[in-house]
Amino acid sequence: MKKSKWSLLLTLVLVLSMFLAACSGGEKKETGEKKGGNEGDKTEKPAEPQVLNILDGEEIPSMDSSQATDSVSFEVMNNVMEGLYRLDKENKPTPGVALSHDTNEDGTVYTFKLNPEAKWSDGSKVTANDFVYSWRKALHPDTLSEYAYIMGPVKNANAIQTDGDPLFGKVEELGVKAVDESTLEVTLEAPAPYFLGLTGFATFYPQKEEFVKAQGDKYALEANTLLYNGPFVLNEWKHNEGWQYKKNDNYWDKDSVKLDEINVKIVKDVATSVNLYETGQTDITGLSMEYVDQYKDHEDLYTRGEATVFFLRLNQNSKNSDALKNANIRKAIDMAYDKQSMVDVLLNNGSTPAYYLVPGEFTPGPDGEDFRKTNGNFGGYDLEKAKELWAAGLKELGKESVELELLNYDSDGAKKMGEFFKNQLEKNLPGIKVSIKAQPFKQKLELESKGEYDFSYAGWGPDYQDPMTFLDMFVTDGAHNQMGYSNPAYDKLINDAKKEMDQEKRWEMMLEAEKVLFEDQAISPLYQRGVTGLQKPYVKDLAHHLFGADVSYKWAYIEGKQ
Amino acid sequence: MLRYITKRVFAMFLTLLIIATITFFLMKLLPGSPFNNQEKLTESQRYALNEKYGLNDPVPVQYINYLGKLAQGDLGYTFQFDGRTVNSMIANGMGPSATVGFEALVFGTLVGLVLGIAAALKHNSFIDYGAMVMAVFGIAIPSFVFAGLLQYYVGVKLGWLPVAFWNGPEYHIMPAFSLSVGVIATVARFMRTEMLEILGTDYILMARSKGISKQAVIIKHCVRNSMIPIITILGPMAIGLITGSLVIENIFAIPGIGEQFVKSINLNDYPVIMGTTLFYSFLIIVIILVVDILYGIIDPRIRVAGGKS
Repeated sequence: MKKSKWSLLLTLVLVLSMFLAACSGGEKKETGEKKGGNEGDKTEKPAEPQVLNILDGEEIPSMDSSQATDSVSFEVMNNVMEGLYRLDKENKPTPGVALSHDTNEDGTVYTFKLNPEAKWSDGSKVTANDFVYSWRKALHPDTLSEYAYIMGPVKNANAIQTDGDPLFGKVEELGVKAVDESTLEVTLEAPAPYFLGLTGFATFYPQKEEFVKAQGDKYALEANTLLYNGPFVLNEWKHNEGWQYKKNDNYWDKDSVKLDEINVKIVKDVATSVNLYETGQTDITGLSMEYVDQYKDHEDLYTRGEATVFFLRLNQNSKNSDALKNANIRKAIDMAYDKQSMVDVLLNNGSTPAYYLVPGEFTPGPDGEDFRKTNGNFGGYDLEKAKELWAAGLKELGKESVELELLNYDSDGAKKMGEFFKNQLEKNLPGIKVSIKAQPFKQKLELESKGEYDFSYAGWGPDYQDPMTFLDMFVTDGAHNQMGYSNPAYDKLINDAKKEMDQEKRWEMMLEAEKVLFEDQAISPLYQRGVTGLQKPYVKDLAHHLFGADVSYKWAYIEGKQ
Repeated sequence: MLRYITKRVFAMFLTLLIIATITFFLMKLLPGSPFNNQEKLTESQRYALNEKYGLNDPVPVQYINYLGKLAQGDLGYTFQFDGRTVNSMIANGMGPSATVGFEALVFGTLVGLVLGIAAALKHNSFIDYGAMVMAVFGIAIPSFVFAGLLQYYVGVKLGWLPVAFWNGPEYHIMPAFSLSVGVIATVARFMRTEMLEILGTDYILMARSKGISKQAVIIKHCVRNSMIPIITILGPMAIGLITGSLVIENIFAIPGIGEQFVKSINLNDYPVIMGTTLFYSFLIIVIILVVDILYGIIDPRIRVAGGKS
């Protein structure tokens, strides 16, 4: 009996260790040859190793360009894939797979000539059919992309994804055609001057049908079940741990690519990222608010503006209070808090106060002038005026006090922001009482889309480089309006601008629309988001983008590393 | 014994079915949709996507479909990572979590036992006080504080060990040690108390008076009998450690499963919520079974069925 007892114990231990050994299988180091299209001959050795080490906060959610929805996937794909055009260092569309393009007179038909040198990492040519297949795939009901709406400007794209429409699911009706192997014709619903830039967005990348079908369920799940046509290939992809890019020797513009290798590790904790930066294991790290002060005099500190704008939605359809239906009340709220100190004290990360909807340094007009510069600022902190407007508003409402509920995110930063609004508004507007409802992200969005809130802390990042990506949110009953704003003049400007052939007139209409939005004080803009971090001085020429993917490594290089 | 185990296994499946049912219906009460950029989707796009993932079906139909797949061991596809199965997510993440958890458990238990035994044997001495002060610190200070301090001083300042990542044995030391601190403290305290109690019992005096050496009495009777409560607490502790400690994994950038469960709830990733819940439940049930069997091995009086009559 004694013997059998111990043998049972021993068996248990053995089973447990086998279980653990089996579980640990995924973390074994690779011993074999690394695969990938990067084994070409290097004729010239660069002066110093062209290796960049960076961190990312998340695993790559998708490498299937027609399915991806998030910034990590977009960034990786931007560096290993290429669409018809790609954004250059100045955020201007520059030829990618397309060699050139022509448009018809009214700007609704684009004919792209493809670069014969554009190849997949298996050496085969990137053809017009690869685009047709991928675009149709993104819209097909069986493989519908969550980002399919980005294809909206292409003819019939919206109808194809609208259940009940006669064109629903008929992807062959999409306005894209392979005229021949290297000519692609795209028909748009209406002229869209930003369309070229949009072709650099992941959903518009090509996919080689033959390869995708051969991979079946495994397509794009691992580094070796994917074909690449961008500056780099994914040489290694260890899920939840990191990935490695290597220079793509089949890339048509490989001479512009200087980095040989980019190693990315997944780190979620900011303190860990900072420690890794301190020990030289990463060349770049982002900083959260609490670290900014600590590093504010550090020579490696960088601050960069983004094209995301945060604002208060002022719900005119609230069931709880009709106060926000009143324009004076809305204007008073916008003027009653100090945006500058909010940005300086609460955010402290390079964000700037916003007195507008369309962000600054985002998109220049036909005259070359930034949209923001032309339209200037609206409203701003003005206590006296705020009090006047507030008193007028209360009089119009026939009330002496107003109770409003602020719908907020439940993150620490947002909670501080909520307390700030409450404090400032209650201090500056006599008779207002603000309560805060902090909700988890998804719940907050749900309440917002149902209109069950008074005012809410919200944000919007651009989908394409044009003011329209911000402005068309607020048309009457727009899917993203969510706050009961309606002004026929605004709707007309937006709808006309969408059809307008003359680019200067179109621009004027959009400038005017933004003015109307702020005459009505439909929203109260808060800030244009910024980011702060540390970057080693030897990392050069990283291209940061304002929409779509965040970064391009195509032109980056290492110089002066000790 | 075989009959007992068969009965337990049957009960195990029944428990899992109940857990699956409750979790499934509770999960459906979660607000929001599983789509990442739901704020940018129009109603019609949302409907089409729900249709694609079968989320437009009535909840009971979804439940039956889920059970059908579950019966075949298929936990479905995650919404977070395109095309990836929940089975593969659990399998990938479980390795590092289980490894570091197991290391912490083994190290923590061994050190805790030694400290506890030493403290009991040298009762009211410097060793006893020292061990108990350590135990109090170990319980009072959370593991992530140790982790942060270790990472900064040992990793950054001294450069003795890697700051983070998961590449080789040296990468396991700091996370496993950080996780083991709580185990050491708990085990040491329990062991000391049990040992002191047992050392004072009549059968120990009896054994000593029969001429059995002190060493033999301590090992064969005292330590062995003190193990029962230790095993009781080690079961749940093992689950916590092996299924991943969210904070420690984040601090040391370990690609474990710890984060998945919390994240899946925030993201409405229904298949992952179900998958991880069922997997954790399965582990807990198995460990309870293992603990029950171990009781029988250590103390024959507790043996539930079978054995020597």
